[in-house]
Amino acid sequence: MERVPLERKVLSENARIAEELRARFAEHNILCLNLISSPGSGKTSLLERTLESFAPNERVAVLTGDIQTENDALRLARFGFPVKQITTGGTCHLDARMIERALADWRLEDIDLLLIENVGNLVCPSSYDLGEAAKIVVLSVTEGDDKPLKYPSIFFKSALLVLNKIDLLPYVPFDIAAAEENARKTHAGMEIVRVSCLRRDGLADWLRWLQSKRQACAAVAASAS
Amino acid sequence: MHEMGIANSVLESVRTEAQRFPGRHIYKVGVRIGELAGVDPEAMRFCFEALVRGTDLEPLSLDVDYRPRRHECQACGRSFVAPLEDLACPQCGATDSRFIGGDELELAYLEVEDGARAVGA
Repeated sequence: MERVPLERKVLSENARIAEELRARFAEHNILCLNLISSPGSGKTSLLERTLESFAPNERVAVLTGDIQTENDALRLARFGFPVKQITTGGTCHLDARMIERALADWRLEDIDLLLIENVGNLVCPSSYDLGEAAKIVVLSVTEGDDKPLKYPSIFFKSALLVLNKIDLLPYVPFDIAAAEENARKTHAGMEIVRVSCLRRDGLADWLRWLQSKRQACAAVAASAS
Repeated sequence: MHEMGIANSVLESVRTEAQRFPGRHIYKVGVRIGELAGVDPEAMRFCFEALVRGTDLEPLSLDVDYRPRRHECQACGRSFVAPLEDLACPQCGATDSRFIGGDELELAYLEVEDGARAVGA
């Protein structure tokens, strides 16, 4: 028997497409963010609050992934920005080729900020690079404060943790300090914001984080031109 | 569960690589899966076996090299396995360490039936 070394990624085809997307986003100065959470943690609500904060001339676009239904795209289209639903038909995550296809009939030169809402799932989306500048994980206080320890991959790979539904803290046995400590055990120095999308609490912190990333992206673009 | 898709990607790679070894059977494929890769090795084995069964790839086995999270101490330079509950350096006790591995999802090797030298190898 001969042993032949193969040194490459298992998902090398996804990685290749993701790098192509990343290069296109860089070329068009687009900040792309990939939002990931369990089902029902509030990704769509966070996007609603984000889109409603923008002026009508903001160059923002949204791709939203679900296994079935156009419901999220309908919720998000109310704000007047380009929104496209990706229905995966059973697949539990978005992959780079789905993003490439969804972008095919959009003019990238008209977009500065591309927000991708992944399929609700804390496991599988963490394995698939979509060409994003950063992943964002949303965790709601009706889940467990040990989620970062149970699903370390996504917390490790995400730049920001958005703790949502903090208005419910008085009613649920969720230790927010423990949740944050667990997140930082998994990912040292992880940035964290606390929000309630329902009550609109803490959104200024989230929007400030988003704005800082947009400025950093614009600064890179300016220095390159 | 996305292990089915990942197992399928492994098999696609085996089929692609097999073209380099005409007439020789591939008996084993080795993959490295890091603790932080978000892939469950047991589910991966289950899916892999299900996909191989009844195909011309049989017999083909999967060897999973499961990699724990590893850090390097910023104070003394020691590299160590770093469980989430204890990130302190086992040598000097410092808690300032840098992630160096444990998110791998890589193809490592193939075991190929002996024969003439591989094309392009």
